[in-house]
Amino acid sequence: MRENTKVIEKLAFAILGLATLIIIAPVGIILFIVLWHGLPGLSFEFIFSMPREGMRAGGIFPAIVGTLVLTVGTAAFSIPVGILAAIYLNEYAGRNWLTRLFEISIINLAGIPSIVYGLFGLGLFVTFFGFGASILAGSLTLSIMTLPVIITATREALSAVPMAFREVSFSLGASRWQTVSRVVLPNAIPGILTGTILGLSRAAGETAPILFTVAAFYLPRLPQSPFDQAMALPYHIYVLSTQVPNVSLRTQYSTVLVLVLMVFILNIAAAYIRAKFRRRKTW
Amino acid sequence: MIVKVNKLDFYYGKFQALIDVNLEAKKNEITALIGPSGCGKSTFLRCLNRMNDLIEGTRTTGEIFVEGENILDPNTDLVKLRKKVGMVFQRPNPFPLSVFENIAFGPRVHHLAKGKELEEIVRQSLEAVLLWDKLKDQLSRNALTLSLEAQQRLCIARLIAVKPDILLMDEPCSALDPVSTQRVEELMQILKQDYSILIVTHNMQQAARVSGFTGFFLLGKLIEFDITGRIFTAPRDRRTEDYITGRYG
Repeated sequence: MRENTKVIEKLAFAILGLATLIIIAPVGIILFIVLWHGLPGLSFEFIFSMPREGMRAGGIFPAIVGTLVLTVGTAAFSIPVGILAAIYLNEYAGRNWLTRLFEISIINLAGIPSIVYGLFGLGLFVTFFGFGASILAGSLTLSIMTLPVIITATREALSAVPMAFREVSFSLGASRWQTVSRVVLPNAIPGILTGTILGLSRAAGETAPILFTVAAFYLPRLPQSPFDQAMALPYHIYVLSTQVPNVSLRTQYSTVLVLVLMVFILNIAAAYIRAKFRRRKTW
Repeated sequence: MIVKVNKLDFYYGKFQALIDVNLEAKKNEITALIGPSGCGKSTFLRCLNRMNDLIEGTRTTGEIFVEGENILDPNTDLVKLRKKVGMVFQRPNPFPLSVFENIAFGPRVHHLAKGKELEEIVRQSLEAVLLWDKLKDQLSRNALTLSLEAQQRLCIARLIAVKPDILLMDEPCSALDPVSTQRVEELMQILKQDYSILIVTHNMQQAARVSGFTGFFLLGKLIEFDITGRIFTAPRDRRTEDYITGRYG
């Protein structure tokens, strides 16, 4: 009997450990391969110059700028709307069927495949609103995709603020908005920030939503207005690896490396903020 | 009478938590509310500043007059009411801010003062709870690093800073050790000169020590309300006598 327990214990340890390893392995392998093949091609010129010879030479500057602009555009729409909606749902809305409907919508919004967002953006922003394939249309499409992430993260951060703080605030005669703005939000900001950045880093790497709404196949100049098309890294990678013959593997890997690094920087920033504020948190 | 309660009924959904409560509390007096857990004493206290409004599905009927105004009137200005009727909670609950910011919170919310005037309010409030000498050089210290007793005093100071008339205390000493409890009780005796206090306590000795009047709650009803001395020496109701002699609770 006791022998048996020991064997099962060892088996459980092995299986649990293996499952954990399976999570880490892809990250490590992807990073290793991308760095191995991509790092040699990475140079100042590669990052800061225009593509030449049908993207087979030169750099990827417009794609980097395009992705940065799209991320900022997405942030500009999704952060205010997401945070305000989350505050409403968490701090103002009563527990009724309407709130429930909002919550179900958000859950479903999060489950919609990204290509459907792309087609939705094409129909609504590009065609119906007449924005054309543009940074505006692309940012709005990415925003809608990012909203559920930001709303959910914000609500979690708001819910983590102890009820007692709200009670005291009300009992001192503070209004609901004073309570939210002076007590709840300041204590929820780290969580909101972390979730928001993670949502944006996801958006920065998406291809399908920008496919029909903004991404340019080849546009060796920087965008001038929100109504311009733009190149973007995820789509550029797709183009380099499937649409253009004879692109050197090194160029492809270096482009991937740049995108991976950009997303990593955002994720590390999120982790840093979380760690920093966790140390300060005392309740 | 600073508080006068007529025929108060209170419901959580279908459950009636308070049944026909009638009570009058005197100005500059400490009124204690005792009774076993779940008897409705805390619920009653939270009716007096309408904190129960925060809980969904509650219903209140009857009349509660605070300084002559019926606060159950739907047109009652809750901000004004809660400025007048402040609350101290069971667990010390300072905001995770500095001592100064904690006390400045109320005055800022009500736009009572800023700059030098605000500093003066902070000083007076801390003096009122006998914390000024201890904390005058540590106003920027995080309030959560104080001892529990100091935190509870700070919470009282935070309340005093909005200049209320009535202090509701919901088992304010239950998280404190006996020595701290004694000091907070002494503080209450000082505070009663300027404020009218209603305190909920599960500690009968505390009620006997600090209060002038005591009400005994049982199963949502106010069984008996009288001068504290009489409640503890010659209760009229059999149930009160059973409770104070420790037969249940």
